[in-house]
Amino acid sequence: MILQKLRTIKYSKIIFCYTMLLPIFVLFMFLRIIPIAQTFWMSLFDWKLVGSDRPFLGLGNYFRLIFDDQFLLSLNNTFLYAGASVILCLLISLPIAVALNKKMKFTSFYQAIYFLPFITPLVPMAVAWKWIYDPQYGILNFLLSLVGKKPVGWLIYPEIAIWALILMNIWKNLGYNIVLLMVGLKNIPTAYYEAASIDGASGWNTFRYITLPLLKPILLFVLVTSTINAFNVFTQIYVMTLGSQAAPGKAVRVLLFDIYENAFRYFRLGYACAESVILTLIVIVFTAIEFKALKTDE
Amino acid sequence: MAYLKRNKQKIALSSLIIHIALLAGAFFMVIPFIWMLSTSFKPEVEVLVWPPKLLPENPTVLNFIGLFKNSPFLRFFMNSLFISTISTAVILITSIVGGFIFGKYKFPGKNFLFFLILVTAIVPFESYIVPLYATMVKLKWVNTYQGIIAPYLIMSFGIFLMRQHISSTISDDLMDAARIEGCSEFRILKDIVLPLTKSSVGALGIFAFTQAWIAFMWPLLMANTKELFNLELGLTMFQFKFSTNYGLLMAGSVTSVLPMLIVFVFLRKQIIESIASSGLKF
Repeated sequence: MILQKLRTIKYSKIIFCYTMLLPIFVLFMFLRIIPIAQTFWMSLFDWKLVGSDRPFLGLGNYFRLIFDDQFLLSLNNTFLYAGASVILCLLISLPIAVALNKKMKFTSFYQAIYFLPFITPLVPMAVAWKWIYDPQYGILNFLLSLVGKKPVGWLIYPEIAIWALILMNIWKNLGYNIVLLMVGLKNIPTAYYEAASIDGASGWNTFRYITLPLLKPILLFVLVTSTINAFNVFTQIYVMTLGSQAAPGKAVRVLLFDIYENAFRYFRLGYACAESVILTLIVIVFTAIEFKALKTDE
Repeated sequence: MAYLKRNKQKIALSSLIIHIALLAGAFFMVIPFIWMLSTSFKPEVEVLVWPPKLLPENPTVLNFIGLFKNSPFLRFFMNSLFISTISTAVILITSIVGGFIFGKYKFPGKNFLFFLILVTAIVPFESYIVPLYATMVKLKWVNTYQGIIAPYLIMSFGIFLMRQHISSTISDDLMDAARIEGCSEFRILKDIVLPLTKSSVGALGIFAFTQAWIAFMWPLLMANTKELFNLELGLTMFQFKFSTNYGLLMAGSVTSVLPMLIVFVFLRKQIIESIASSGLKF
């Protein structure tokens, strides 16, 4: 009797699992898994948006990418943007996190202020930053004029605009870094610091030999998530460097922007997919680094 | 004694320096907000002046009136609200159900299915946007609400989060006891699991809502007419149209930032804590 009942429970459990998961997996197949597979597949063809003439190219798209100046420029810009903003953001956020972790007054006030940009939507803030960077009436050039500097056309020249975008990215993500680093700092047992101070270790040595090594896992996590995030930059570029003031092509070309143009302006879907595969591979490499580094620490 | 006193002074001085540095940093963080807010209340003649004034001399709400007159801003706002609400509701349902099943059951193929979800979590959404768009063209879903909302109906991170939470808070014994009482699996989900997941449901809800609210690249592809623009897209197009009317533009920015700011003011602690514990980045 009981055995039979347990058996029916077992089967009803399995049926329950499959029926409940079915709609979820239909969505996952339709919206994630099939498109991901298609990206790889389409990157092997000269695929256009309309028409059924789709010659197979093999790795032809990838070979063409190697000699595509626009793509190489985008790749270069994306690495510069991601690298510079991630490293600078980390270097600025670390001392702030250390300071805030010392149980100071107003810690939660500071934390909230620094965190504010992270939760505000990107487009309105990009519009606001564009106004800050305005070459004629912007507040940044005004502040620079107070120290005798000439006005700069922040968003007009791609070489300068990329640094303007990096500055905005640091502003946006600083609070995220601070919050996560503070979690890491809180997890370091105070006994280590007590031992170090008994031994007479200096502040810098304590930081160098205790804080930094123990902070490594979270440091790495912050680095990797921020890098992946920075590699997918698009919105700011579109809002701040396109439009009436800057001619198209003058924009700071990043990977997603190049993908966007190839796919939706020139309708070279296969080519854009090959670029997307490269983007995916870059992200996977960074994720692998993260996993590997976290594992050796445990 | 004198040494101790001097030491104390030294600490006080260094803490003062730290506070000054932190305040300077805080000023840098809020200046874009202040500059945006003050410009939005400036009459047109005060916007394009040199040297710029930090605060408006004759504050006015004309920019906000102009904003709603010159563009269907209310429509954009309602679109954002509609898209984000549906997205959040469906993500919550799929994540709770998925998380519950992956966290509490054993069935053939479970590891493989979970692996598939893991793969989709690693690949960034933007990198398969091209084939997804091609599919939408085939389905004739371009320029429709369902086309805009579709990618925001599931969230692999949500399934991970709920799985983690459910498998650690709900014991197998409790579920077995319920089964012996004749409880169906669905009722276990509804009456036992659901009430115990409130804290992570709140966090996930905020993530999902924000993610849909700030969506940009996908709506940019999918929405071709103003009627379907969300706030982010509406503001961008508005910016291209009135590129030098900064008073009007800042009024638009203030309006789009306001809902998130209000949420943040009320749920500051929970939002910071849930991001601190999950490390999720928008």
